[in-house]
Amino acid sequence: MTTTTPLHTISLLVRNKPGVLVRTALIFSRRGYNIESLVVSPAFDLEIEGYRSAPGEFSRMTITCSGDPVILEQIIKQLEKLVDVVHAIDHTGQEAIESEIALVKLKAGIKDRTEILQVAENFKAKVVDFAAESLILRVQGESDKLDAFIDLLKPFGVVELVRSGKILMARGLATT
Amino acid sequence: MSTRPPTGGEMVIRCLEREGVEVVYGYSGGAAMPMFDALIDSKIKFVLVRHEQGATHMADGFARASGKPGVVLVTSGPGATNTITGCLTALMDSVPMIVLCGQTISPMLGKDAFQEADVTGISYPVVKHSYLVKNSADIPRIMKEAFHIATTGRPGPVLIDLPKDVTQGPCTAPFVDEIRLPGYKIPGRCDAALLKKAAQLLSKSRKPLLYVGNGAVISGAGRAIQQLAEKLKAPIVNTLLGKGACPEDSPLNLGMLGMHGTAYANRAVQHCDLIFAIGARWDDRITGKVSEFCKDAVKLHIDIDVAEFGKIIQPDLSMPGDARLVVEDLLPLVGPCDTGDWWKELNGWRKAHPLKYPKKGGLRAQHVLDRLDKLGGRDCIITTDVGQHQMWAAQFCLTTKNRHWLSSGGAGTMGFGVPAAIGAAMATGKPAWAIVGDGGFQMTSCELATAMLQKVPIKILIINNRYLGMIRQWQELFFDNRLSGADLEGNPDFVKFADAFGMPAKRVRRAGDVDKVLKWAMAQKGPCLVEAEVVKEDNVFPMIPAGAGYDKMLIDRPKVRMDKPTGST
Repeated sequence: MTTTTPLHTISLLVRNKPGVLVRTALIFSRRGYNIESLVVSPAFDLEIEGYRSAPGEFSRMTITCSGDPVILEQIIKQLEKLVDVVHAIDHTGQEAIESEIALVKLKAGIKDRTEILQVAENFKAKVVDFAAESLILRVQGESDKLDAFIDLLKPFGVVELVRSGKILMARGLATT
Repeated sequence: MSTRPPTGGEMVIRCLEREGVEVVYGYSGGAAMPMFDALIDSKIKFVLVRHEQGATHMADGFARASGKPGVVLVTSGPGATNTITGCLTALMDSVPMIVLCGQTISPMLGKDAFQEADVTGISYPVVKHSYLVKNSADIPRIMKEAFHIATTGRPGPVLIDLPKDVTQGPCTAPFVDEIRLPGYKIPGRCDAALLKKAAQLLSKSRKPLLYVGNGAVISGAGRAIQQLAEKLKAPIVNTLLGKGACPEDSPLNLGMLGMHGTAYANRAVQHCDLIFAIGARWDDRITGKVSEFCKDAVKLHIDIDVAEFGKIIQPDLSMPGDARLVVEDLLPLVGPCDTGDWWKELNGWRKAHPLKYPKKGGLRAQHVLDRLDKLGGRDCIITTDVGQHQMWAAQFCLTTKNRHWLSSGGAGTMGFGVPAAIGAAMATGKPAWAIVGDGGFQMTSCELATAMLQKVPIKILIINNRYLGMIRQWQELFFDNRLSGADLEGNPDFVKFADAFGMPAKRVRRAGDVDKVLKWAMAQKGPCLVEAEVVKEDNVFPMIPAGAGYDKMLIDRPKVRMDKPTGST
């Protein structure tokens, strides 16, 4: 059995400035760290250090990566040092809500369809494209669930797979 | 009176004036012309250098000597890329610097225009922050933020890329005084509970050691640290860049620690029961083998950059804050430690292993530097290049005043010494000695022209051994004396070289002539040069081979064959 390094999930609140993505990525790449997934989106209006943010002033990033926790601690500190980063939080081991979306394209003839749709139903996946010889399914949930879903579909012939990357939010009133 | 609004370029220069900038170092070029045009009508002095790298080191030397940010103005493309080494040098040693770069007009960005380069993109890893200005209305805010970022917290270089249409077009935006940088935190005073804990740990120590770095220089913590040492009865060691924070001629001071530190400073590191890092970052030149470094000692660490806690060494107590404020707040909480026996040990090592060098076999760099120190160099600003001469200067030229020792430590940039001395002399009006090797000198020697033009009182001392001496030393010690890329054959006649710039110069070959020549240089009002032709093959000791523990310190040349060092470079 191969041991896999646990994935860490880091959330960042950043100023929406050109270059902030590159600066963030460089903190990882300089230390030989690979980013597994990265999601960037505009942040909702927020109150920050005593003033109300303007629309589009801030963005959120959710980054997943694996590797040595000691180096990761240094990465977080270096991220926090970036002028455009408001905060960086490692949510590993924390109570948090995670979510990811996947689109799966399958080559699905009449023969396999019923079985595929059964799997889809069990995972609450939605058929978003129904063609004569193919199907596209959309599934949403925790990344582990998506892994399991995709594994079950593999025997039917997955033609394409696109995953959104994980997003996360800390439970309760804790900061993400 | 014309009511024409200022151009973006004029606004840039006016913002510099508002920040109190008196001198800008740089090199002109097409994309920077609107800013150069605006300089004509400004009181700011512009120094035209001979290569952009020189401009960055001058601004760097200016900043290190004065504490004020150094400012560089260059053009796009190669003009801007030539500043990158200077940015790295300033970043690694926490030097406040503003680098203004011309850029092609915004519609041509990314279209391979003449002298276009993605300068902000290139800059990311070597600056504290950088900006690409897309709109002239942003100029006042960006200039304000840039100076704030460069000079506060852990200082560093900030690069601003200014497309020519932005600097040529009008700028009607008002000056900005308020700064809003959410998430940019500047630690100041340290939490009272941490101070109390530090005082408790210190009170239990019998063998305390204060390990003082560049953070102490930057924050001006020296006086407070000296008082702390006196109160605790604790010895001080300083890093290469910490030289001068506390006077090195104090009986409490053991000099520099680390790879080429004094043997007694290193013995103190090896045997202390508590090490207190004050604005120092446990650099690999200091720790050697990290797993063996001060294994049983309690470790305290003051740093304004919280990312330094645990980066190399996990301290027992991390104290975020400004070194001066933290030490000042700590002072009333501490009392004397019982260090009588500790001082007996320390003085024993000091007596057993003083710095020394062979007196025979030709002129020695150490002799020249020792004499420079004794003849008044101790009160002058000293800049260095990188290599053997730098380490000998660190050992033999004591620094007694803050901001009087300027050396490229983190980056180890050859060619730093001469331009840094020009900047330092201009910043202070005081003489500055540039102690350089024959290798590094030639990397920026074109700046002799700048020195002559500015008539600055710099005194260049070339320690000429016709080798890249530190490379040769390593190859001798660790690579079976197989020399590769170490012989600097083809050096010019340095006295004639200086003469070509109209710079007075003298050569010294005999130990007996050293005092006379150094005194001659001391008496010069303007720039001058001394070439000391020293023995070709000499080694810097003590030495802790890179990556080795302190117990592996070589006080003299080893008699046995050495393994290749495992540590960083």
